[in-house]
Amino acid sequence: MPEAAAAPHVEPRPPRKLYRSSDGRWLGGVARGLAGHLGLPVIWVRLVFAGLFMAEGLGGLLYAAFWFFVPLGVGGVGDQRPPSLVSTETAPDGRRRLVARKPDRGQMLALLFMVVVAMVFIGSVDVGSGARVYFLPIVLVGAGVALVWRQADNARRARWVEVGRRRRTLTLVRTLGGILLVAAGVSGVFVLKGSAAHLGSVLQAALAVLVGITLLAGPYLVRMTQDLSEERLMRIRAQERAEVAAHVHDSVLHTLTLIQRNAENAAEVRRLARAQERDLRTWLYKPEGTGKDEEDEPATVADAVRRNAAEVEDKHGVPIEVVVVGDCALDERTSAQMQAAREAMVNAAKYGGEGGAVQVYAEVEGRTVFVSVRDRGPGFDPDSIPADRMGVRESIIGRMERNGGTARLRAVPGGGTEVELEMERVEKT
Amino acid sequence: MAEVETTGAEAAPREEARERRVRVVLVDDHRMFRTGVQAEIGRTDETGVEVVGEAADVDQAVTVITATRPEVVLLDVHLPGGGGVEVLRRCADLASDPAQPVRFLALSVSDAAEDVIGVIRGGARGYVTKTITGTDLVASIFRVQEGDAVFSPRLAGFVLDAFASTDAPPIDEDLDRLTQREREVLRLIARGYAYKEIAKQLYISVKTVESHVSAVLRKLQLSNRHELTRWATARRLV
Repeated sequence: MPEAAAAPHVEPRPPRKLYRSSDGRWLGGVARGLAGHLGLPVIWVRLVFAGLFMAEGLGGLLYAAFWFFVPLGVGGVGDQRPPSLVSTETAPDGRRRLVARKPDRGQMLALLFMVVVAMVFIGSVDVGSGARVYFLPIVLVGAGVALVWRQADNARRARWVEVGRRRRTLTLVRTLGGILLVAAGVSGVFVLKGSAAHLGSVLQAALAVLVGITLLAGPYLVRMTQDLSEERLMRIRAQERAEVAAHVHDSVLHTLTLIQRNAENAAEVRRLARAQERDLRTWLYKPEGTGKDEEDEPATVADAVRRNAAEVEDKHGVPIEVVVVGDCALDERTSAQMQAAREAMVNAAKYGGEGGAVQVYAEVEGRTVFVSVRDRGPGFDPDSIPADRMGVRESIIGRMERNGGTARLRAVPGGGTEVELEMERVEKT
Repeated sequence: MAEVETTGAEAAPREEARERRVRVVLVDDHRMFRTGVQAEIGRTDETGVEVVGEAADVDQAVTVITATRPEVVLLDVHLPGGGGVEVLRRCADLASDPAQPVRFLALSVSDAAEDVIGVIRGGARGYVTKTITGTDLVASIFRVQEGDAVFSPRLAGFVLDAFASTDAPPIDEDLDRLTQREREVLRLIARGYAYKEIAKQLYISVKTVESHVSAVLRKLQLSNRHELTRWATARRLV
């Protein structure tokens, strides 16, 4: 088998490093990794390993060596492997990943296949009958070691891929199973050796050695775990920093560039700066995870007021200062009120935006929701609204009254107009 | 509501400012910002504000304030060395000196509740955000110098929020609860009214408005129990 002979001699060149594949693997991902590295179909590599296994178990040893020395990676197989079992998908970060369609069935098949190969192997191996009795325990130990190693791979992989809670118990069971298998295999060797009578003293000696090693290596181990956790902490910090940097880059720097380009357009600059300030504030002061991808409708009065104000601010380029006291869930009446408030904000921004920021105040007190929108514009007389001006009459006053609330427009002492909207919340039954 | 004439009222504070002088120390860790504020309010002849010192961190601030004994300190909330609250703590005896009290006006870019409530509880006489205009800032400085509290709409909102939860058991009502009038005043501040406009709206004098606001500030510093604690706990601020 020329390929098989060539396989172990392949020098992993730096640009194409050999990794074991963590996706869609049957056992250790060695075959997949090699196949990806050599550009061969996986099934070939697997067959080669199986064939070598027949040759006095060389394939098994080779496989174990690869498993032990080659690091685990993501991906690793080219496009040539049979598409029925695995397929590729391109991850958001651009890396190509492998997706196993039916991993369970694949693993079952692999297991069956390995059992058959092992049977053939046992049948074919003909060492002295004295050594033959040790065969079963050695197989047990090998299976246990394989189980635990594979588990360690999974633990490492869990850092890349989110693993659910359910799978954690499975992890424990697997590890325990592996340990039990190894223990059974080792004990089997002792028993078969005929020293079953000395099992007790052997165990004692083993225990003593273990305790001694723990005492000697313990401090180093503790030190190492501490260093590791510290290192992990630093890494988390670095990640956070990177995220902040990314955000600043994505939003702040881009906005600043835009501002530089629009330096003559004062209104545009102001709009950009306001929008950016609001965005950054939300990002800084809100608990993590929120404020980023919330595309859904607002659920509370405070949320709705803030969002409306932000939208009007962006659209009309007039700063809107929002103060919200208390909060409650939106119902149909308060939703109507929010629409009226939005209309009032639009009016204030359009006609009163010259005099400075528009001030919006919302208060939820008991069952009453009160919203006031004031500007410092030229002011206007409610009685003089022309009959054809539907904005105020219909969108604000009419809407409030249809929903059982009240709207008042008035001139403010000191200049400007104030719209007051008052609404009772829907009775909770 | 009738239209109220506004002529003459605008010129009054500037007239006042020219006659009076106020000595101010600027505490902010951003040199650019200090320079900006200095340029905006430091023209002593026009504004009446004389910047007598600057500091960039807590230790410097304490040294400068002790040395120059200004009437008003413009204090940034976030400072190296412990923040504005630490400056307030270490200058507590200067602030309470009856002969020549040093008064603190917090000036911050942050309008997060914990920052605002923190420095007010620490003893600052007011809180304004850095988006404030130069004229408003000068007016605020003089108001603080006279011993009044300066509330931005947002701060008024926080205070109302803090005292709003009326379902708490009424303990020590006189001390901790805001009166109806004080609430009204705060609401108007939160709605963006100036003190002068509030006075007209409620048919009271500006002095009365100022005393209401000062009362709110006093209650805010005193009410370390009940509502405020509960409010702060609910928001995980303490």
